Amino acid sequence: MRKLLGMLTLLAMSMPAVAIDDSEAFDDPELQARYEEIVSEVRCLKCQNQTIKDSNAFLAGDLRREIRRMLEEGLSDDEIYDFLVDRYGEFALYRPRASGKTLILWIAPGLLLLGGIVVLGGVLRKRMNMPIDEDGA
Amino acid sequence: MSRFLIPMVVFALLIAIFVVGLGRDPSQLPSPLLEKPAPQFDLPSLLDPEQRVTTQDFNGEVALVNVWATWCAGCRQEHDFLMQLSKAGVLPIYGLNWRDNGPDARRWLQQLGDPYVATAYDQDGRVGIDWGVYGAPETFLIAADGTILYKQLGPLSWGLWEENFVPLLEGQEQLQ
Repeated sequence: MRKLLGMLTLLAMSMPAVAIDDSEAFDDPELQARYEEIVSEVRCLKCQNQTIKDSNAFLAGDLRREIRRMLEEGLSDDEIYDFLVDRYGEFALYRPRASGKTLILWIAPGLLLLGGIVVLGGVLRKRMNMPIDEDGA
Repeated sequence: MSRFLIPMVVFALLIAIFVVGLGRDPSQLPSPLLEKPAPQFDLPSLLDPEQRVTTQDFNGEVALVNVWATWCAGCRQEHDFLMQLSKAGVLPIYGLNWRDNGPDARRWLQQLGDPYVATAYDQDGRVGIDWGVYGAPETFLIAADGTILYKQLGPLSWGLWEENFVPLLEGQEQLQ
């Protein structure tokens, strides 16, 4: 019984390996590598927490097709990202590029860390100036 | 008291950011195409594949471009509104039939009525990408000079029309 349960559990955990992107690979391995990288950097706008690599929404398929076409036409990675941003905004990229509008996204973690250090420093300095309690309470 | 003041202010600010953030609908993305010239297209007409529907067709007039498909529930929902708007003759409505099946789409217009001056048939979604379409229905308000004035996501209604389109139309010169 126990063995059966164990096997059933394992079975339930198995996941079918299904390729979402069933398009043919590029003949040129370098192009294929760039393609793979770009499709895993672009957000599917319809299913917002998936990249177009992982999504089977038809919009994701259309975008993959366009990226493939642009790679074949010899466009650079930046030109392809520009194409997407011009149409869908920075939100289409999982790593929005540092520009005026997205600057806050890039500097906010640093600012928060700096703020934390300043507060911590202040608290520690205050503590150091406190008279030492001889009772050790 | 003062040692609590700064944390309180920071906390209040954080809450304010959360309230504003939660109030937003993450599926409503701002379009980078606003205030820019409408992307050109030249597509076959849905009703007569021999004919072309192009952006030139609504050059020089304030027009509505409505992205729709028969698989889209929101499009069915807004269809009655579009029929009424087209009958009212406020402005010409152009259809962009997106990622759809031609015979189904023609049947839809036969059965429910055709509010469009012309419908372009974007079968492979290529033009949809140029227009930054990510979900139907989407409706673009185009100025006479071809600039995109506004983009509405989701089904239209008289309420949304009054709220979002009428104020923009008042600023436009030509109306039918």
